[in-house]
Amino acid sequence: MKRLTISCSEVIQEISNYLEHDVPGELRARMEIHLVDCAHCHAVLDGVHNTISLVSDGRVFDLPNGFATRLYSKLKTADDD
Amino acid sequence: MSDQGERPEVLTMPSTSPATVVDVTDPVLASKLERERILITRICAGEKALFYELIQPYERAVFLAANSILQNEHDAEEAAQDAVLKAFTHLARFRGDSRFSTWLIQIVINEARMKRRKERKHLYDSIDESQSSDDKDYLPQDLADWREIPSEALQQKELRDALRRAIDALSPIYRQVFMLRDVQQMSIAETAAALGITEASVKTRLLRARLQVRDALAPGYDGKWTGNDGHWNKVRPW
Repeated sequence: MKRLTISCSEVIQEISNYLEHDVPGELRARMEIHLVDCAHCHAVLDGVHNTISLVSDGRVFDLPNGFATRLYSKLKTADDD
Repeated sequence: MSDQGERPEVLTMPSTSPATVVDVTDPVLASKLERERILITRICAGEKALFYELIQPYERAVFLAANSILQNEHDAEEAAQDAVLKAFTHLARFRGDSRFSTWLIQIVINEARMKRRKERKHLYDSIDESQSSDDKDYLPQDLADWREIPSEALQQKELRDALRRAIDALSPIYRQVFMLRDVQQMSIAETAAALGITEASVKTRLLRARLQVRDALAPGYDGKWTGNDGHWNKVRPW
């Protein structure tokens, strides 16, 4: 018979794959049972999910001023040569 | 290919990994890729001015990929420019069995690594990397009540600075994976191909990076979690 319970450390190890929808269905189900009752693992899941959402926003990293202008100037010089 | 190591840097024009073979079911993406394919054909046939159009959507991606390795804006810009020039010069070698963006980022990564080697920065990175092991478990901070940071808070400089600091503080092998997958939203397979590592390594490093960035953001940007009384001593300013 397969083990139904899963430890916090096992959940944490798979939390990234869980968010990628990259864990087998049976493991996912065991994780979800664990997450219902474990505030710590749930907080880690929420925090990682929130972190990914924030960093994927284009506002976090800016290009240096004039980056595109200098890039195209260099390309034009190369093309002219 | 070594799982832990990096792609040999003599290979500056990457070949396509089977893991990145294009298989597109999203019609919007398929249309974009078809447009790119046509642009590349026309550029290779002599319409070189179209290269600007081809590269424009990836300006940010090439800079951030280079900066994830070099961590210096000036060096990253130089590496990004050199990589784009190489892509321009060698575009005919792009075979089209991977996405153009993956091929381009591979060139940027190689260029940035070569630049880092030349400037001996890797000596410092290798020390960092030896202290980072994919095999060691990372235990996230015990914060039972994660307070969601709304995306509107990104309008505040403090949060953007805190995010950049958290990512800069990652060891190089974690930072590079995090930047490509989570910041630039490349797929796991594309990230693996760009960095010359296995998909399994990408996943392992991604877990560590995500947990560390999460820990760095909560609950305050000053890095303090609790006061002497065991309670949070600072509420995040965003």
